[in-house]
Order: sequence, then C-alpha cells, then structure tokens
Amino acid sequence: MNTVIHTHHLTKCFGTFTAVEDLSFKVARGEIFGFLGANGAGKTTAIRMLCGLLKPTSGAASVAGFNVFTQSEQIKRHIGYMCQRFSLYEDLTVAENIAFYGGIYGLSRKEIRLRSEQLYARIDLAHARHTLIRDLPLGWRQKLAFLSSLLHRPEIVFLDEPTSGVDPITRRQFWNLIYETAEEGITVFVTTHYMDEAEYCHRVLVMVAGRMAALDSPEALKRQYGATGMNEVFLALVRSEQP
Amino acid sequence: MKKLFGFIQKEFRHIFRDYRTLLIITGMPVAQVLIFGFAISTDVRQAPVAVLDYSRDVETARLADKIFASGYFRFAGALTGAGAIEPAFRQGKARMVIVFGNDFAQQIQSGQGFPVQLVADASDANIARLLTGYMQSIMADYLQTSRSFPQGVIPETKMLYNPGMRSVYMFVPGIICLLLMLLSCIMTSVSIAREKELGTMEVLLASSLRPVQIIFGKVIPYVAIAFTVGLVVLAMGYTVFRLPVAGNLCLLLGECLLYILLSLSIGLLISTVTRTQQTALMVSMFVMFLPAILLSGFIYPIANMPAPLQWLSAVMPPRWFIVIIKNIMLKGAGLAHVWKETLILAGMTAFFLTMSIRKLMVNG
Amino acid sequence: MKYALRVLFILIQKEFKQIFRNRSLLPVIFVVPMLQLLILPLAATFEMKEIRMHVADLDCSPQSRALTERFAGSPFFRLVNVSQSYAAAGEDITGNRADMSLEIPPHFERDLSREGAAKVHLTVNAINSSAAALANAYSLSIIGGFHAQPSVPASPAGVAGLAEEQFWYNPRLDYPTYMVPGILVMLVAIIGLFLSSINMVREKEIGTMEQINVTPIRKYQLITGKFFPFWVFALIDATIGLLLARLVYGIPVAGSIALIYLLLVTFLLAILGVGLFFSAISRTQQQAMFMAWFFVMVFVLLSGLFTPVESMPGWARGFNTINPFAYGIKAVRMVMLKGSSFADVQREFYALLAYAAITLSLAVNRYKKTA
Repeated sequence: MNTVIHTHHLTKCFGTFTAVEDLSFKVARGEIFGFLGANGAGKTTAIRMLCGLLKPTSGAASVAGFNVFTQSEQIKRHIGYMCQRFSLYEDLTVAENIAFYGGIYGLSRKEIRLRSEQLYARIDLAHARHTLIRDLPLGWRQKLAFLSSLLHRPEIVFLDEPTSGVDPITRRQFWNLIYETAEEGITVFVTTHYMDEAEYCHRVLVMVAGRMAALDSPEALKRQYGATGMNEVFLALVRSEQP
Repeated sequence: MKKLFGFIQKEFRHIFRDYRTLLIITGMPVAQVLIFGFAISTDVRQAPVAVLDYSRDVETARLADKIFASGYFRFAGALTGAGAIEPAFRQGKARMVIVFGNDFAQQIQSGQGFPVQLVADASDANIARLLTGYMQSIMADYLQTSRSFPQGVIPETKMLYNPGMRSVYMFVPGIICLLLMLLSCIMTSVSIAREKELGTMEVLLASSLRPVQIIFGKVIPYVAIAFTVGLVVLAMGYTVFRLPVAGNLCLLLGECLLYILLSLSIGLLISTVTRTQQTALMVSMFVMFLPAILLSGFIYPIANMPAPLQWLSAVMPPRWFIVIIKNIMLKGAGLAHVWKETLILAGMTAFFLTMSIRKLMVNG
Repeated sequence: MKYALRVLFILIQKEFKQIFRNRSLLPVIFVVPMLQLLILPLAATFEMKEIRMHVADLDCSPQSRALTERFAGSPFFRLVNVSQSYAAAGEDITGNRADMSLEIPPHFERDLSREGAAKVHLTVNAINSSAAALANAYSLSIIGGFHAQPSVPASPAGVAGLAEEQFWYNPRLDYPTYMVPGILVMLVAIIGLFLSSINMVREKEIGTMEQINVTPIRKYQLITGKFFPFWVFALIDATIGLLLARLVYGIPVAGSIALIYLLLVTFLLAILGVGLFFSAISRTQQQAMFMAWFFVMVFVLLSGLFTPVESMPGWARGFNTINPFAYGIKAVRMVMLKGSSFADVQREFYALLAYAAITLSLAVNRYKKTA
C-alpha cells in the first residue's frame, strides 16, 4: 500500500478549546477517503492542517511525503483544495478563473488551453466559458471549482463539504467526477455531513467532538453496528461517544 | 412592530459582537478630535521674520521689540541689504522681511508717512496673507500708541465670542461636524453593502419585514452609536478644549441628532446604489471626504470662495451644521437664529431617506 | 525565475480584470478625483474678499459719515447695514449677517474737533480668530489712514494696511498654484490607499483568499500582484492630474518630469505598503477601511496641506517626520513649482524610499499564509 497521507496523534487547540484531538490514520494512493462528522466536529480544522493552512499544536503528519510542520509550501504544490466557501472569483468568467488558477500553479499558456478544453468537455461547459461565475448555477460552480483544483494534476485533492446546498442530481454527477478522479490515481479526501454520500467512499473516518470515533469501510462499519445505512452507524457512534 | 424590535436587537448584537470594529469606530473619532483639536490651527505662531533696517533709530527698535514680543513672530536675523532678502527666502530662514525705510522716527513723529515695507515669501499665498495681516495689525496698534498724547480716531476692538482668539473655537466644532458625518455615512453604507455582498440582504428582503422596517432596523443602532460618539466628542470639546456651551444644550443635542440622521441617510442611499463594500466605501469616503473638508467652511471661510463654489457648498450638510453648532455653542443663539439651517438639514434628511427607501423597494 | 514572473503576471492580470469589470468603481477611481482637482483648489483660500460690516453711526455727522465712506470705499469691506443702534449691530453679528461692526458713538465729531481725539468701537466675530485678526488689521489701517488724511478717500487699489506689502515669487497671491500639486498628491494617495487596504481583506471575507493560500504562491508575489495594479491606476490619475494642472490652472512642471514621476512612484509605494499592511492585519473590510480613513485624515491634516505647519504644536511637527504625505507633498511641490533638482529633494526621496521598504516588508510579514 502506497501511503500519501499519514497522521500520528495530530492535535489542534485554539486556546483552551481542543478542536482536533489525537488523530492517527493513513490514506492510500487512489483512495476515496471520507471524513464524516457533524458541524463543528473538527473536520475543517483537520483538513486545513493537512493542507498547510493551519499549524498543528502537536503530533505529526505527512502529506504527499512532506511534513506539515516544516514543509507546508511543498505540500501545497502537490495537493488540490476546494474550500467550503466559494473558491472561484464571481466577477471573473469561467475561462478566466481556470486561467488564473492554472497560472498560479505555473502551468504554461498551452497547458492551460489544453486542460481547460478537457475540462469543458468533461462537464459540458464549453458554451458557458465566457459566463461570469456570478451568473452560473451553484451546481456548475461546484463542479467547476472541483475540476479547477485538479488543473495542476495534484497527488491528493481535499474537498471540504463540496456538495452542501447542491441538488441530488448534481450531487450524483459530482460523485461520478470523484470516482473518475480516483481512477486516475489521485487520492480524494472529502468531508461531508451527508451520510448517504459516505456510502460512496472506500473508507470513512467518523469524527465526533474532535476525536476519531471509527475508521473503516462503510460495509464493515454497517456490519459492525448492525445497521442498514451509514446514518444509523453515525447515530450509534454519536450516542456511544456522548452518553 | 415586535418584528422590527427583534430585528433591531439582532443588529445591535451584530455590532457589539464585533468589538474590534466597535472599538475602532468609537475610538478613532475621539482620537481624531484630540489630535486635530490641538494641531489644526491657523494661528500665526513664531513665524521667522528677518529685519532690514535702514533707519536704525529708537523707534524702529521699539516697533521691532513690539513685533517680536507678540509671540506671532520670531526674529530670524538682521539683513544688511536688499540683496540678502532672496537668499533668506530661498534657504527658508525667513517667511517675511520687514524693511524700515530711512528716517523712520522722524516720519512717524511728523505724521508724514509710514516708511515700512513688508516683503513676504508668497509661494504659499495663504500663509503670506496671514502673516502680513497679523503684522499690519501690530503696526496699526503701534501707531496708535506711539503718539505721546491721544489724537485722532482711537479705535477700541472687542473680539466677540472668542476674546482669547483661540483657534479651537474655529476648528473643534468643524472637526466634530466632519467626523460625525463621515463616521455615520461610512458605518451605514458599509453595513448594508456588506449584507449585499455576503448575500444576506436577499434573505432580509424576502422576509416579511417591509423595506422601511429594514432601513429603520439598520439605521437605529448606528444612530445610537453615532449619537454616543457625538456626546463624547462634544464633552471633550467642553472639557479638553474649553469650548463654551452658551446656548441651550437640548437644542444642541437635538440638532446633533438631526445631523446624524442626515449623514446616515446619505450612507443609506450610497449603499443602495452600490454593490460592494469597496465601492460603498470609496464613494462615502472619497467623494465626501475632500468636499466636506474644503467646501464646508471647516478651514476656509465660504465667503472667500468663488461664487460657483459657494453655491456648491450649499449642498454640503456640514456647511450648515457648522453654522448651527457654532451659533449655539459659541454665540448662544437659539432656534430663532438657526431655524433656516435646521430646516435645510431636515429637508435634506427627508430627501435622502425617501430616495433610499424608494431605491430599496425597486431593487427588492 | 520564469515561473515566478509568470505567476506575477497572472495575478496582476486578474486584478486588472476585476477592477475593469466593476462598473461603479471605475468612475470613482478616474472621474471623481479629477473633478475634485478641478474644483477644490479654488476653495482653499484665506483671502478676505469682503468683510461684511455693520456701521452703527450714532453721531450722524459729516465726520462720522466720512469714516463710514472710507469703509464703503475699501475693496475689503462691504457695508451690509448702516444703522443708529448698537443693538442692531449686535443682532446682525449673532445672526451671521455681518462679520464685524463699527460703532461710532454720539459726539464723535465734536470730540474730534474739540479734543483732537475720539473713540470708535470695533466688534469682530472672532470665532475664526485668524480671519478676525485680519479684519481688525484692515479696519485699524483704514481708521489710521482717516486720521492722517481724513479728506482723501481710501485708495481704491485697496492697500490693506499701513505698511506697503510685497509678495515675492507669487505677486498676485494666486493660491491654486500652491494647492494644486498638494491636492493632486493627496488624491492619488487616497485612491491607492483605499483600494489596496480593502483588496486583500475583501478576498479574505469572500473566501477566495483561502484558495490562494493553499497554492504554492509566494508571499512577495501575492503582495506585488496586489499593489501593482493600484500603483498603475494611481500613476495614471497622477498623469491626468498633471495635465489638468498644466491645461486648466496653467501650472507647468518647472523641474524635471522624470523626477516628479520618480517621487510619485516612491511615494505611492510607501502608501500602498501601508494599505496592504492594513489589509493584512484586519479581519473585515470595515476594519481595514476605518484604519485607512484614520490614517488619511490624520496624515493629510497634519501634513500642512491645508493649515500651516508653523501653527502646529511641536509634537505635531515632530510627528511629520513619519508622515509620508508631508514628504510627498513637499517634494512634489518643490519640483513642480520651484524646479528643484534631485539634490534638493533627496532627503524627502530617501525618507519615502525607506518608508516604502518598511511598509511593504511589514505587509509581506503580516500576511500569513498559515493561520
């Protein structure tokens, strides 16, 4: 197994509040790794530490072979990230956003042209290339933001609640994109609070109140808790963690 | 009504939660009044003046003594000839040179003339004007007292409202006006633009609150904050700068409230026509800042301006409020003397409020 | 190296696109400052055009009328009212219809002829103390002249005082010439400062900053990408302003144009550094804006642009050693009006350069890619 993310007792405190405590796990190349938890369970804090946006308080972690404490800038070269809020510029067009993000990762003009054509073809967006993001429906924006974060061919892509507020059909399409991406050998690290989406992941890590409550494949978890869906698994875990 | 109350409460909570911004909003005007109250002044103080004396008699010495004892001017050296004037100006050693002609004492005694020439470095016309004006008044005063017995017309001057001739009487009320307006205007315009930018304005407009209620809910907390700031700076004017409050305090506060409302309604209008905080700020600060300083009579008296600028100044709210606040605080005037200005401010408020409510309804 | 330059280019291109797409911002950047430059310098004068005078003549004699006539004939005074009541005069001053009053008591003529001396009273609204001092000086000189030659009317040329006045370098006391370069420098600085102080924090608030932070972009690249467009805009504004100064106010650049630009470029770097620093340390646009506003108010008003630095207390003058506006305005004025050479303004230039270096490195330093 080729490990791309490795954390060891990773902890983050804000003052006296411990947002993430003692997090240890490994993620393999090409895996779709789900990060589950209620709002405020520490998902975003964890993901921001792994992306080099937040310095951990203690523990150790490496992403794409780089140390999150000392090599956060090298990590940034090898990962893609789609944050919870809009990561695209609303006052720029689709093409301009792609050119911008491709450009700051150092892609040449030619590469940008090539990859944006591929991107348009993949989600059928060629007709809207000169549309302002502001005028694009939310679903399209999210798909575009995801593919923009892949422009520079990262090893790992982190998606923070990519489908919140999106309709079920678009969510389905979004997950198809995730599968395609994983098949290309790119690791997908995705947080969500939609439990049905957890079923699509290869493995899920459930966080409750900043701590790791479970880590396994959805099938194994359902078996272990005798549940029919991930929703029940999650409720069982929350109940056992917070008596 | 109950809904409106809840909305206002929410707005207050928003403002108080962000204590950093609140601190900036309230602390800055206070600091500014302090800084400017002490620093902004057109008093002539220790201006460097050189003397070129062709008479060298008792009278020129007496006049020079009087000039340099006044505190307005500082002796910057005696020049030996007209050729020394240029270098003195160029090196910045003197702002002005007094040239005493020949036989000064004799000409004064005989009443033949006044052989004095004031040569000023007029690259800054305003300062040159101030300096020569002060100098002329010292000289006129000298001439009155130089005669051994009283003779001719003896003027006695009374400096009304400001016997100590303190610049703060002119500038502190002006600063208060300026700050209150910019503060109120910026606070409102930015707060609504922010809701627009973050997308929460649509939620508000879609709620069952009417546009008028939304506007009131947005404005009332800022009225409270701006009025508090107004009270603090007025109190500072009274205690720190020893400005009198000769008139009715209630009238003064009422006018303050009106002025704050007016400024807020301008901010409101700005926010309804701009899409981003950035633009709202640029408009409310940039478009208002300079005209408010220059066309309000805060530093430069309006009566001195070219006529078209005097008309233009009529649309500047601080122009009217400065008159009101000076009249009430310093002259002790009542409503009878400021009703015109008050009416203008009230009219402007009504105009801007109606405009912005209309705008909001169309957009909503 | 090539990569670094390309990233910079991409960043700058993006900022330009965003600004040009913002239809309501463009006029604010380009039209408003130029309108202000056209109009406002004309307002900045202490010239006493007309002092509104109320004469309360309780003597009503030929002598008292002669004195009144002298005031009426002076170009500095306008008689708004001639009455026989002190109270009416007071009322006019309180009601802001007159700036001062001359009160001629009864028996003025009789005292003057019998005793050779007679009193008159001047009452001046002294709220604006410097204007009041001027008004008083002018009145005293008119009264002094009346004493010397009562029969000769005051000279229509309008000699203001006893002593003859000469104004060097600027004999017609033309004030816009002095104000225009100062206001121009201030306007371009305000544009640069406001735009730059909001810009980064705006991206923070919207959320795109987080996306940028997760890219391998370097801090200095981001800061450069952020200030460059505003630098260009401010310089374009400065260029238009210099042309307006030339065409409308007839103020040519006496010194070297290249030197003016060198000064402006350095000055703007310092100002933009301040703006980006504010942007880096604030959490919301509102905070950044208020800091920028405070900065502009304090530094502009203390720079001596509107009120003389000589009139300020020592601490305020000392404060100007850290005031970029004071350096910028002074240096640009010197080169524009006096034709000063680089040697004359090098102190200001190096001060601004140091300022720029400090503020820009502070901005780079305070901007955190990692929380």
